[in-house]
Amino acid sequence: MKNPYLPLPMKLVKNFTETEDKLIHTFTLQFLSEEDEKSFPYMPGQFAELCVFGKGEAPFGMASSPTEPGFLKFSIAKVGVVSTALHMMEEGNMVGVRGPLGNYYPVDELKGKNVVIIGGGFAFTTLRSLATYMLQPEHRGDYGDITVIYGARNPGLLLYKEELAAWEQNPNINLVTTIDSAVDGWNGRVGFIPSVTEEVAPSSENTYAIVCGPPVMIKFTMPVLEKLGFPDERIIMSLENRMKCGIGMCGRCNVGGKYVCKDGPVFTKAQLNELPGEY
Amino acid sequence: MIISKKDIPGFLDKLISEYQVFAPVQEGSFTLFKPISSGTNADLTAANTKLPAKEIFFPQSEKLFSYNATEEGVKVEEVLDEQKKVIFGVRPCDARSLVLLDNVFDNDKFQDPYYLTKRANTIMIGIGCNTPLSTCFCTSVNGSPFDTKGLDLLLVDIGDAYVVEVVSDKGKSLAEQAGLAAATDADKAAAAKIKETATITCQVNTDGLKEKLDTNFYWPIWDRIHEKCLGCGACTYLCPTCHCFDIVDDAKDCNGCRVRNWDSCAFPIFTLHGSGHNPRTSNKERYRQRIMHKFKYFVDNFNEIACVGCGRCINNCPVNLDIRAVLEDVRGSEARLDS
Repeated sequence: MKNPYLPLPMKLVKNFTETEDKLIHTFTLQFLSEEDEKSFPYMPGQFAELCVFGKGEAPFGMASSPTEPGFLKFSIAKVGVVSTALHMMEEGNMVGVRGPLGNYYPVDELKGKNVVIIGGGFAFTTLRSLATYMLQPEHRGDYGDITVIYGARNPGLLLYKEELAAWEQNPNINLVTTIDSAVDGWNGRVGFIPSVTEEVAPSSENTYAIVCGPPVMIKFTMPVLEKLGFPDERIIMSLENRMKCGIGMCGRCNVGGKYVCKDGPVFTKAQLNELPGEY
Repeated sequence: MIISKKDIPGFLDKLISEYQVFAPVQEGSFTLFKPISSGTNADLTAANTKLPAKEIFFPQSEKLFSYNATEEGVKVEEVLDEQKKVIFGVRPCDARSLVLLDNVFDNDKFQDPYYLTKRANTIMIGIGCNTPLSTCFCTSVNGSPFDTKGLDLLLVDIGDAYVVEVVSDKGKSLAEQAGLAAATDADKAAAAKIKETATITCQVNTDGLKEKLDTNFYWPIWDRIHEKCLGCGACTYLCPTCHCFDIVDDAKDCNGCRVRNWDSCAFPIFTLHGSGHNPRTSNKERYRQRIMHKFKYFVDNFNEIACVGCGRCINNCPVNLDIRAVLEDVRGSEARLDS
């Protein structure tokens, strides 16, 4: 019987300050052996329980893509005991990872379809994983147009700035970035995600929308997608609820009878319509 | 088979030499399941233990593994309890609760080795309930005072002896090893008579309850039903089917262990997000969750009600919030306030 509670030791090789406010760091973790890496076959949208020995563990979505071998990346905001301890860790320190946990974005179902990825703020992590996965030359041909609409309060709070700059130049992806209010030197759009989505989203024909962001963004983006003609079966969201075990036993992350950790975190809007709004 | 009451201590002493034996033991004004070192310690007179037998398989606090983390690596040592056990004197409701919990700890995707190892290595010897309490309602939730689900042997008290019913192969070989005598026809008849006369006086009507819960999540019934509840969580800690837990580190620097502790859906921080958002803001949502989980979500997922009718939550609630009355109330609820 495989013990799902045991962490895999990994080495922190990079602790990078991602945002201007210094509250979000991106951690690059390296597998200690090829065997360890093989024991962690993951897909975009899945998460892991990351632990700092002596402090505890907490769930985070993988920001890296399985197409980037050798390491895992997590972008983590400093909010609680574990994340604060992580922020203070030095390169070379050991952490524990257990997973991969949860389901993933339906990369097979998306084949042959256009995809619009809509992300707000710090929720962009697993969306980055998905975009990176689809952009991989081996996979790119499987998908139609890929549009990314990504917003943050200000330019300094956007994640993965270098990568965004590269996507700007990449003909395989259509990137639209937006910030809440205008600042000098910003060349992207200004405005909230819902209105920008309404302006720039591709036709809903043969298109899936993948949405991840703060509750208020989701709330106002859903009616826009509906107006644009996206059926609920083609609106995909990733939920977050407080979790502990990650394996559907500890009882806290349920939305109705579904556990976000085991049955999610990825749900279609059609699936969520069947569940109470406890998230 | 049959065993005389005066032979019970000797029977248990024999088991103790081979197994870790748990039995109800007097603790002040109540009984609890404890490992016993002598057969005379077992107390089979009380109707039910204060805490359910669940804690033997899923302890209130349980070490999962210990670790030692350094720059070079991390040494993780799994702590699995593989000791062979016998639970003696467990009531049918508690035994059935474990069958329900098996669904959770051995779910469609993951197995919990801590719980399942203990389950696999344990023999369950139950005792039927000749005189159920006024708060017992097992027959309303698919159980009965002599239910054998989850048991290997069932004892039926016929006065100065117990008639032993074999339920499983595990139970059969244990009974044979112990050299129990065969029950006479008269003994069997006496046991059958006892079973017939033991009645659960309390019936909770659950007809249509699930259908109601399927539709009434947003109904006003929940605004009122939780009002009495203090959110103390006592019911969840005493419930044989509650399985919520937390995982924490108990450590000094990087040497320590990871521990899981019982947790409760009655507590506000149970679902509190790091951002400060809480999907179950008030006692209303939390109380609704408890009822929904047991009588709807569990039924949706595993086709069973997650309540065995043991009555502990009724007996121990500090404000006498009675789940039987709550269920009746929910069953009669309407989509709009009937003021």
